[in-house]
Amino acid sequence: MVSEPAGAISSSLVPLQIESLVKRFDQVTAVDGISLELRSGECLGLLGPNGAGKSTLIRAIVGRVVPDAGRVAVFGSPAGSNSAREALGWVPQELALYPRLTCKENLETFGRYHGLAGTGLQQAVAWCLEWSSLQDRARDLAKNLSGGMRRRLNMAAGMIHRPQLVLMDEPTVGVDPQSRSRIFEMIEELHGEGTAIIYTTHYMEEAERLCDRIAIVDHGRIIALGTNEELVHNAFASRSQVLARFAGPSDGLAAWVGQRGGRLVDSTAEFSVERPTEIAGLLVDAARAGLDVVDVSLRRPNLESVFLHLTGRELRE
Amino acid sequence: MIVPIIRTAMVSLRRDRAALALSFILPITFFTIFAVIFGGRRDTVPKVTVIVVDEDQSQASQQLVRGLQWEGSLVIRTRPASNGGAQSPEYTAATAEAAVKAGDAPVALIVPRGFGENPISFRGDQNGPAIQLLNDSSDPVAPQMVGGLLQKVAMTSMPVVMAEQGTKYADQFVGGFTPEQRTRMDASLERLRQRESENAGTSTGEDAAHDGPSGGGVVAVKARAVVGENKNNPMVSFYAAAIGVMFLLFTASGASGSLLDEADSGTLERVLSSRVTMSSLLAGKLAFNTMLAFSQLVLMFVWAWAVFKLDFFNHVPGFVVMGVCTAFAVGAFGMLLASICRTRAQLGALSTLAILIMSSVGGSMFPRFLMPAGMQKAGLLTINAWAIDGFTKVFWRDEPVSHLWPQVSVLLATGIVLFAIARKIARRWEYA
Repeated sequence: MVSEPAGAISSSLVPLQIESLVKRFDQVTAVDGISLELRSGECLGLLGPNGAGKSTLIRAIVGRVVPDAGRVAVFGSPAGSNSAREALGWVPQELALYPRLTCKENLETFGRYHGLAGTGLQQAVAWCLEWSSLQDRARDLAKNLSGGMRRRLNMAAGMIHRPQLVLMDEPTVGVDPQSRSRIFEMIEELHGEGTAIIYTTHYMEEAERLCDRIAIVDHGRIIALGTNEELVHNAFASRSQVLARFAGPSDGLAAWVGQRGGRLVDSTAEFSVERPTEIAGLLVDAARAGLDVVDVSLRRPNLESVFLHLTGRELRE
Repeated sequence: MIVPIIRTAMVSLRRDRAALALSFILPITFFTIFAVIFGGRRDTVPKVTVIVVDEDQSQASQQLVRGLQWEGSLVIRTRPASNGGAQSPEYTAATAEAAVKAGDAPVALIVPRGFGENPISFRGDQNGPAIQLLNDSSDPVAPQMVGGLLQKVAMTSMPVVMAEQGTKYADQFVGGFTPEQRTRMDASLERLRQRESENAGTSTGEDAAHDGPSGGGVVAVKARAVVGENKNNPMVSFYAAAIGVMFLLFTASGASGSLLDEADSGTLERVLSSRVTMSSLLAGKLAFNTMLAFSQLVLMFVWAWAVFKLDFFNHVPGFVVMGVCTAFAVGAFGMLLASICRTRAQLGALSTLAILIMSSVGGSMFPRFLMPAGMQKAGLLTINAWAIDGFTKVFWRDEPVSHLWPQVSVLLATGIVLFAIARKIARRWEYA
């Protein structure tokens, strides 16, 4: 059973439109001129290192951050307005639940906060319990649930008013593979119904599996935006990565890697090649330079390659 | 191994301001409050206000009143405080009794007509009318003190009367004076009168207290409690209110801490992303705090009725009015504390500090009439004092609901102001 969405939002409007959004905290510019448009029924992945500005961007969409410049519109309504709140569902990274209330009571409470009552509320609660596979735990206290169940309840609480746009902030943090799989199914179900989703995660495989497009955010800006394939192609074109490890430290290694157009990361040399046959030339050249290669691998670039290529490998925190 | 453990504990304590405050500031603050109240600083000893009505207007009664006025530990009032410049009429027996009932003074002395004709009775079988001592039995100290001082003043401020009465008794029981003895006695009494009239013009109260003539004798005093005389258990209503308000404050601050829990868990942000606004959220929590506090008061007073025979059901309207107003003010106080604090630990420390200080100064731990005048005035800055005064009016003085307007006004205004401040501070949770 699927209840109707609570908000009466015109489907012709764009779910989310962000124009030149800027937010500063004292001297720090957390969001630096981000523009973004979410298409109807689209699942957009939001990737970025810690401190890149993702959380501030999410909170600006929810209306919890007042921008210094730019605008955010949810189905045409300003972020934070009543109609935007009704159209928007938010699944925060924290388990934002009442631990001493049961699953059902939690859902009823958040439903009432969104203005639901009576039959509509009970239908919404029943749908959420079914969607999150918590029907048989409806009367259990939230604090007594397992980590995975609490995560699912946390998601269900954000969906109680059946929003057409959902923000999910790392919904799979700290859950076991079984729970993660179930959460993926829940998200795919929503996606299949046409709900627009913004999905924040640090797990690249989740973004690759769930998201239609991916935005990589760093230093408050979107530095890449597109489908998984577009991002890989834009970063690496048709080239592949060659990873080579060498025996023992060598003074000339860094200089040699630089001369060959590669880069040295954690004592592993990375090269970009158009054809696999170029590996032979690399090995011969290394031998001539007196370097002892112990391991070589060829890898097609993926989203993680793009992420590290664009944001670097240095620790941010 | 012990040294690193001590070092770690010290560093942790130094960085935990809440624990530091509880460890050092609270004891010092409490010590200071108790020292001021009970430490006996000479300039802060509480004075007892006594209403005096001299119906007799005889020489003896006037001397007695004058003697009482010279007592440093008493504040004698013969008329109500002037209102806007016009002097109020002197108290009568009826208005004095009403004033004691209203709590304006703990004791009133009525010197009846005919007192001067036979003021002293060494045998305790005085023929004339006795002085009436009207008291409020919620203050057990004041009538004892005033009764003792009255006897002392009677002996020191009326030497002529004392001598005359002594002579009369000697004449009666010894068998009569000779004419020569009587002449010398009259001459001595005349000299005594002259000296007394000279003293009346020059002596200060302190002089009279220390240098006045000494003598023996008593005045007959008839004590009567005009407030609380029919109460089964005089202090129960006071302590029900006093202890109740203190624990209400603790409960309200604890309940308001849910705001901090919600902020900490992220639930607050989720709630504020729904239709719920910060104003409606705080208003809802204030309403809950008020209901919780009122329920506690109901339980406390019903318990007092069931176990200590408090006359609860004849005072329900006054209880409801005072209970709701007190609960509202206390609830808003809890909201303010929660909005000021960043963490539960901070809230625990700050609320303990604030509530214990408010309760000690405001009369929840010991009655305010035991405190020095300055401390009694400071108590009026607390919710406790106004709440206790209101409940005392209801249960002790049997005053009608309409007489509660000062307490009701102050408590409601306090609640509104505290809530408004809490709302303003809570903006930090609202938007970044």
